[in-house]
Amino acid sequence: MGLTEQQIERYSRHIILEQVGGAGQEKILSSKVLIVGAGGLGAPAGLYLAAAGVGTIGIVDADKVDLTNLQRQIIHHTNDIGVEKIKSAENKMRAINPDITIRTYQTRVNAENISDIIREYDFVIDGTDNFPAKFLINDACYFNKVPFSHAGILRFHGQLITVLPGETTCYRCIFNSPPPANAVPSCSQAGVLGVLAGVIGSLQATEAIKYLLGLGKLLTGTLLTYDALETNFRAVKLNRNPNCPLCGENPQITELKDEEQVVCDLNDC
Amino acid sequence: MNLVVNGKETNITDGLTVSQLLVQENVKMPDMVSVELNGQILRRTKFEETILKNDDKVEFLYFMGGGCGIN
Repeated sequence: MGLTEQQIERYSRHIILEQVGGAGQEKILSSKVLIVGAGGLGAPAGLYLAAAGVGTIGIVDADKVDLTNLQRQIIHHTNDIGVEKIKSAENKMRAINPDITIRTYQTRVNAENISDIIREYDFVIDGTDNFPAKFLINDACYFNKVPFSHAGILRFHGQLITVLPGETTCYRCIFNSPPPANAVPSCSQAGVLGVLAGVIGSLQATEAIKYLLGLGKLLTGTLLTYDALETNFRAVKLNRNPNCPLCGENPQITELKDEEQVVCDLNDC
Repeated sequence: MNLVVNGKETNITDGLTVSQLLVQENVKMPDMVSVELNGQILRRTKFEETILKNDDKVEFLYFMGGGCGIN
């Protein structure tokens, strides 16, 4: 397709990279990435991927911006309170880069709708805040063979892993099934250092771009954990699990199902 | 004997099981932790019966839910 003069200037710091170049930037511009959840993780990922010129970015979220979001969800501003998150996120991404197409989905992903959404995309970023959604994304990406980045943050900790479905360790290889209700606290209950979302969400965006360009070594088969207080990153190697209920030797999960919504009461945690 | 638990050298008494190690390491909600032993995820049903050996590498892996979209 060729880059316009403006594009060459806009993306010059990419193009100058030997491993990216004009061809790599064109590849980014013709790529499609889906961000599920326009929250803490989705915010930095969305902003950086828009800036990078990812040609089509999808955002899925059903919520509206709330005052308590603003401590970490940097794509939303104070005057966005009450606005749909997808709309607020779309506005910022368009403001950064009018060059790209944004598709918005005002919904929550479920077993019925997720496949139709994700199969349009080259890579998925899981920026959701609950376990049923995280397991659903893992399963749907497996059945539709879409690579994705899983991540989670809590208190002063974050973790992420990239999954090439059917090829590398998946979320269910590590965690068989969602935790029961009242078992694991959420950020609203246990808190989270806002900047953690920036660190981990930006790493997810990095993985997306590496995947799109076929660059370097993806964070597959390895859970990267970050402890902000100890300033410690650890890469924990995790082999595929032959007992994985999804991608193991005798899979018990053969179709998409919604996992029960887990609600945690902090008194029981 | 010595183990490596989440990357740290740890000295434990001989004959400890994975379940006992979870208690000794003060892991809250051990039912919510996945355990990797020497590169393989260990089935939860094996925690009680698996006796740790010298130089075993153990990883405790924790559920982390937040993308923190909802308040």
